[in-house]
Amino acid sequence: MPAIVGVGYSGFNANTPDLSWKEIMYEAAVRAYEDAGIDPRKDVDSFITCAEDFYEGFAIFDEFVPDQLGAVLKPTCTVCADFLYGLATAYMQIESGLAEIAVVEAHSKASDIKTFGEVIRHAMDPIWLKGVTNAHPYYLAALEMSYYMNKYCITQEAIAEVVVKNKRNALLNDSAPYGAKLTVEYALKSPFVFYPMRKIEIAERADGAIVFVVASDEMARKITDSPVWIKGVGWWSETSNYDIMSFEARYAYKSAKMAYRMAGIENPSKEIDIAEIDDRFAFKEIQHIVALQLAGKYDVCDLMSEGYFARNGSLPVNVSGGNLGVGNLLEATGGQKALEIVIQLRGEAGRRQVDCEIGVAQAWRYIPTASGAVAVFGV
Amino acid sequence: MAVGRKKISCPPYAEGTALSERDISERRVTIFEDHPNLVYSWTAGQAMSRFLNELKNGKLIATKCEKCGRIIFPPRIYCELCYKPIDGWVYVKDTGTVQTFSISYIDPDARPLEKPVIVAVIAVDGASPNMGIMHILGEVEPEKVYIGMRVKAVWKPENEREGAITDIKYWKPWRDEND
Repeated sequence: MPAIVGVGYSGFNANTPDLSWKEIMYEAAVRAYEDAGIDPRKDVDSFITCAEDFYEGFAIFDEFVPDQLGAVLKPTCTVCADFLYGLATAYMQIESGLAEIAVVEAHSKASDIKTFGEVIRHAMDPIWLKGVTNAHPYYLAALEMSYYMNKYCITQEAIAEVVVKNKRNALLNDSAPYGAKLTVEYALKSPFVFYPMRKIEIAERADGAIVFVVASDEMARKITDSPVWIKGVGWWSETSNYDIMSFEARYAYKSAKMAYRMAGIENPSKEIDIAEIDDRFAFKEIQHIVALQLAGKYDVCDLMSEGYFARNGSLPVNVSGGNLGVGNLLEATGGQKALEIVIQLRGEAGRRQVDCEIGVAQAWRYIPTASGAVAVFGV
Repeated sequence: MAVGRKKISCPPYAEGTALSERDISERRVTIFEDHPNLVYSWTAGQAMSRFLNELKNGKLIATKCEKCGRIIFPPRIYCELCYKPIDGWVYVKDTGTVQTFSISYIDPDARPLEKPVIVAVIAVDGASPNMGIMHILGEVEPEKVYIGMRVKAVWKPENEREGAITDIKYWKPWRDEND
């Protein structure tokens, strides 16, 4: 089974005026190679980056990758998706015998995007959806939220609890720029910007880069005493059509099922010790907890209020601060989730350390999608 | 056409019915047009910020790697071959040698350009071999350009420079006094 043998990251910051996107990639990569104790020019068989051209602002992004990763004249490719899809690609390349050591990278230079709402609108079907309105496309998430809240009686308080929990967790994470100590009452005073969604429930954007060094079973045992095994990976897409989408994160349910099956996990709510899941809109954390089978859909609100998902709770969710605390890292979102799980499983999380042996990382491909990926890690 | 193994062949210059400008403007063809408003403002970063600011001074700057001995141009903060941080900054000259060129007659919409544009890759004097700049040539007739031609940058007046690659207007033929 392939393992993570090195991690490095740069960020995470609300803005990065001093470094270009190539330079934050370099910073994260140098740290990951040092962590793994490898030389990228000699030891790495394959480099995989994850990027979406419209987030970068120029086409054929993969051409711009090799220099800053140490990948010049080496096998390199780009996956147009979240970091966790790249991790799954590395897993397959290693398991198929194509590579013994593969590197996975994703980054966000969201602060370079001046018209973020228009970039998101540009991901909508141009004929069928995009022209309907010029409103900021965050309403797409609010549509889903409205449906989900009403169907499963999700309370506004439970959603406010997510905001309070994650922003507070972020205060113990030096790499999380959006930490804050808030109350539920305060969160419930935040204005509705996309009813029923409040401003405070929307993750602010952030910059950063994440690099993982992944090695085959044999190689991992050779080069490290503390491998973090990739026990399972999964990915799944529903549809791009907002008229037939389930609005119940079927993509998270199905990709988790795929990953759990590989990992031999039969009862996720009992077997998973820690979860980092996509909370780029606060209600998404609740929806994803249910989709990942970490709690029942009619129990999730009560459990949230009882502190079941808190850092010191029975099943800590988004101890890093999640996207609400760390920021929306675009295609690097799953990378930050996986990074937190790896750091926690290694026991290197310092003040926010949780007792854990199995962790799950999940990322959604953001609006306007019903796609996502999951990875299960263990020690 | 392999599908179905039918014996269909296509002549090299098939003549169909061309779409006219009117077919599009009068919507005889069903289309949906969109002009996305996508705006970016890229952080130039450590290496490129210095490079762009030096352009305002009418100078070209590179970085050097002491391990492989290369003068890296355009500059970056890492040597991509040795994969280590660079060891310092060094100015290179605004003269060089044409490595390859193309004479371009049409614009991206396939409309004829009023005057052909000569695009060239120029190895910059002072930088390591195979390092230089892609730019345009001027003050030269297309038929006079050749690989190996010596050229020199023609800069915009100082008060018009803005820290962009277009602060160099073009490169013109040049003879070194020592040549």
